[in-house]
Amino acid sequence: MSETTQRTPPATESAAQDLPPSPGQLARARAWTHRGFQVGAGILVMLILVAIFAPFLAPHDPFQQSLSNRLLPPVWVEGGNWTYLLGTDQVGRDYLSRLIHGTRVSITIGLGAATVGLIIGVTLGVLAGYFGGWIDHAASFVLTAQLALPGLLLAMALVFFIGPSLFVVIGIIGVLGWTYFMVVTRSATQHIKGLDYVAAARASGATPRQIIWHEILPNLSSKIIVIFTFEVGVAILAESALSFLGVGIQAPIPSWGLMIAEGKDAMFFRPWLVVLPGILLFILVIGANLMGDGLRDITSPEEKS
Amino acid sequence: MLNYIAQRAALAIAVAITVSLAAFVLLNIATDPAYAIAGEDADPEVVEQIRQRFGLDRPVWVRYGDWLLGVLRGDFGVSYYWNRPVASLVAERVGTTLTLAFSALFVTIAIAIPLGALAALNRNTWIDRFALWVAVSAQAIPNFWLGLILIILLAVIFPIFPVSGDQTWRHFVLPAFVLGASSVPPVMRLMRTGLIEVMGSDYIRTARSKGFRGQSLLTRHALRNALLPVVSVLAVQLGHKVGGSVITESVFAINGLGRLALQSILGADIPTVQILIFIFALVFVAMNLLADILNAALDPRIRIG
Repeated sequence: MSETTQRTPPATESAAQDLPPSPGQLARARAWTHRGFQVGAGILVMLILVAIFAPFLAPHDPFQQSLSNRLLPPVWVEGGNWTYLLGTDQVGRDYLSRLIHGTRVSITIGLGAATVGLIIGVTLGVLAGYFGGWIDHAASFVLTAQLALPGLLLAMALVFFIGPSLFVVIGIIGVLGWTYFMVVTRSATQHIKGLDYVAAARASGATPRQIIWHEILPNLSSKIIVIFTFEVGVAILAESALSFLGVGIQAPIPSWGLMIAEGKDAMFFRPWLVVLPGILLFILVIGANLMGDGLRDITSPEEKS
Repeated sequence: MLNYIAQRAALAIAVAITVSLAAFVLLNIATDPAYAIAGEDADPEVVEQIRQRFGLDRPVWVRYGDWLLGVLRGDFGVSYYWNRPVASLVAERVGTTLTLAFSALFVTIAIAIPLGALAALNRNTWIDRFALWVAVSAQAIPNFWLGLILIILLAVIFPIFPVSGDQTWRHFVLPAFVLGASSVPPVMRLMRTGLIEVMGSDYIRTARSKGFRGQSLLTRHALRNALLPVVSVLAVQLGHKVGGSVITESVFAINGLGRLALQSILGADIPTVQILIFIFALVFVAMNLLADILNAALDPRIRIG
């Protein structure tokens, strides 16, 4: 797309001073006072930093086994020591280091799968909403069928049969998780399509492709970001369930779901092996959900209930 | 009304067939059924013999047609893994899964509806904030992890319920709670927003001005109308319960369809996996159809408009 197809004049800073605040400014102002958004965004930013700097934060190698240090308890339990703050697992790997590296697995899969879902869902939703007619009917039928598929069961079967790996897990969870993107972008596109500025663009000779890229998608962006945030949480929970059941991420990769499964056999005597990864999953997903709720309140306060 | 139901039913059948075709094709792309029967590192000649004996050398749509005709006649095929007709495997376990699904639905109703109603009637108080907090947390807790934590707390530390199994009603209490909790957020939110809307409507104002107060206003006028949309969502949630049984049954070692699904996937038992995906999709489609019919029966605007 060349510069000449840009139809909306760029808002300059100087012009904004005399005008009422722009929607973007209003949203930023609301963000500073929305506590749920701040808590959620704070959790996410912190855990993303942990994921990025995992090799520097982890005190030990998360894959290094040690037969003499198996199943050590955390430091606050009798027999624990300060070398292994949260103890060790069944094969003597440092649990804290594995939990820290597990952040990477969860966040990579959450962002990756939500991106795959976004691409499929937004494409279908915008096409169905903009063109209507048989395209809308076909896309809506695909949506109805997708909703009827037992997603978790199909994901389990496909990931396990194709061969579980990070990319397969991301791809399958993403391919099965686009419906929310489509439902929202479809109806929003139908609404935007009828507005004056789209009619003006069409009258000035814009092609459907230009209208979609320059008029419709920019106006969908805040809705898409809200759904993306929620879908990151959904994908993280889906991965943890697959890995827990043994049909997702495979050993020795430190996935929190897999670590819960590994700790399950010892959970009556060493409950922390199960409790700790679950708490981290809960915190990460609640961070994503709070941020999604917050973003929705901030970008479209009229939908707040 | 009949016209509307016929239309919905035709769509439901089309969706069920599409879903079974998609699942059949996807599973056959993901894995080679001949190798699944013979084993991963079988002699290529043996695999070729199996391919011919089971008719796996025919194109996938011919095999799908064959499979669908068989299913319609009640012939579900033979399990590779259990070496028994799939129909008998399913028949043995379907009762257990239905018991679990309905108990879970009961848990959802018992928690979500009072909580949603209380939140709506005490809007913006601590009760409302508590209900919202419950919903946000329930959405972020990994289902399987909640199950394990309840086992540690209520079966081991305080041995009130059995750890696992499905022999008595006591075995179903914890699993039903875990499976039911996952539906609390959507049902609770719907109940809350529905009741808030009803309480602000004209006929409630009229009833108030005619002197209705408290209990009778709530039960005779408000609750009844707020419950209408909840009823159809509960039907849809019951469909989700059957699909969600995979995780819960695996955690609590309950011998229902969900656990059978996991065992079949791990055993590369494609005929059983296919039938289970079909059954789960069929239940979901049927529950959605039921919800549509309930909606139409309760709200004349839908069936006429």
